[in-house]
Amino acid sequence: MSSENKIYFYPVWLRIWHGINALGIIILIFTGISLQYSNPDFHLINFKLAINLHNIAGILVSLNYLLFFFGNLITSNKKYYRLKLKGLFRNLTLQVSYYTSGMFKNQQPPFPLSEKRKFNPMQKVAYLSVMYLFVPGLIFTGLALLFPETIIEEVYLFSGIFLTAVLHASLGFLVSIFLVVHLYVASIGKHPAKNFKSIIDGYHDISGH
Amino acid sequence: MLESDIRTPAFLFNSRAMRSYFQLILFIFSICSISGIKAQDKPMVPENELCLKCHTNQTFTFQNTLTDTEDKRMMNPLYIMNKDHFSSGVHGKFKCTDCHSSEYDTYPHNAELKLEPLSTCLDCHGGDEQYAAYQFEKIDEEFQKSVHFQKSGESFTCSKCHDQHYYQAKSRTSSKVSEIVGFSNEMCMSCHRNNNKFHLISDENKPELSKIHDWLPNQELHFRNVRCIECHTQVVDSLSVSHNILPKEQALRNCVECHSKNSMLIASLYKYENLQNRTSEGKLNTIIANKSYVIGAYQNPWLNNISILIFLMALAGIGIHLIFRIIKK
Repeated sequence: MSSENKIYFYPVWLRIWHGINALGIIILIFTGISLQYSNPDFHLINFKLAINLHNIAGILVSLNYLLFFFGNLITSNKKYYRLKLKGLFRNLTLQVSYYTSGMFKNQQPPFPLSEKRKFNPMQKVAYLSVMYLFVPGLIFTGLALLFPETIIEEVYLFSGIFLTAVLHASLGFLVSIFLVVHLYVASIGKHPAKNFKSIIDGYHDISGH
Repeated sequence: MLESDIRTPAFLFNSRAMRSYFQLILFIFSICSISGIKAQDKPMVPENELCLKCHTNQTFTFQNTLTDTEDKRMMNPLYIMNKDHFSSGVHGKFKCTDCHSSEYDTYPHNAELKLEPLSTCLDCHGGDEQYAAYQFEKIDEEFQKSVHFQKSGESFTCSKCHDQHYYQAKSRTSSKVSEIVGFSNEMCMSCHRNNNKFHLISDENKPELSKIHDWLPNQELHFRNVRCIECHTQVVDSLSVSHNILPKEQALRNCVECHSKNSMLIASLYKYENLQNRTSEGKLNTIIANKSYVIGAYQNPWLNNISILIFLMALAGIGIHLIFRIIKK
């Protein structure tokens, strides 16, 4: 499936998952901000509409997460996420150093992409954190807020709903930061639009990252 | 025989000591029982004991003068008092005859006494400096605008909501929002969940609450945590609790009025709560240890600022990187 410079990186199921996830997360971020900073005099999005959209997008992203989770569990895609803990700090430093200095000196990336390596160590850490910590945390707290009667009423001095909502909003915020950085990092390379094209057609051009 | 038994030399010898001993026990017992009484369980005035001897029981006995027999009857459930609730209420220290006719002292009671008009709340509370802070006249003014007064007139007395026997000023005394909400909503529910009482003021059956509120998400959570009056009254700044109950068409149906930073709940439900917490526990604690979270209303200022800072730093990082990319291209 790969030509000389092109690797088939993103199978169809992954692209479908990624597309739905991207759309869902964008809706969740905008409606989430609108709900968090709701104001009777100014609506980013109408409150009721924001609630409905947030709920629908939340359920959609949660169900879609199952596709990501089981897709990675049964296909070989999981190998790209394997993180070597040995030398992780050194590898991360190398990657940061490339992004902050090496790439401006036209140095070669320390972890060039290949059929065996889809993500550099920084990407791995980011993707693992987001997809196996933040998003499941958001799904869990989001479902709890959708069925608030399931939440413990009082945890020491705090309202259970308050704690769940703060955790939900904080994780949501971290995912929004990830999205901004993710979109920017995707534009890094000779051709800024190249990676965006890859996630649509599945092929990644490894010539000149 | 009995007398001679008691007057034994030993008893006589010990009578003074025994009396002191009993007095001591009585004293200790009274101290214990006083300390065992919670602040709210005020002891009732002794004059009420005679009334409550019958009016706390399911049955009563009287001498039927027509048949010359002693008859035992069931007590009308409406006339059975809960002694504990009465003594915890705002009028717990009152004598029954402070409000009811003193002729009730005779038994069996004269049936016509029931027809006597009772004192109204304002007879005592109106124009009295001691109660000036509670603004009973203002409450009455607001109440007269309410749908209850508009539909039922004078027959809708204060006691329809505020049971004179058991009423507690929870919105002023309780520090638990859930308790304030529960007590307040129970006043509405006593009629709006009970057709028998509802028929006192309306010929129609009461509307099904869950049905008329079907637009409201998480109904049960709202009913448990929000007072009915939050949406069904016109908030008046000077009053702790608004009494102008609006017609259903004017009830608040705008979620954002509560779910926003300037939530109207802060002007109503949490008005007193906030004041109390701020004075006794400090503002910081009110923000952190908030047990009554409302989505959108309680934005934690610390988290808000930190998140804005992180977001700006991320944007700045991206901006700087982008500039270098353009320069070094």
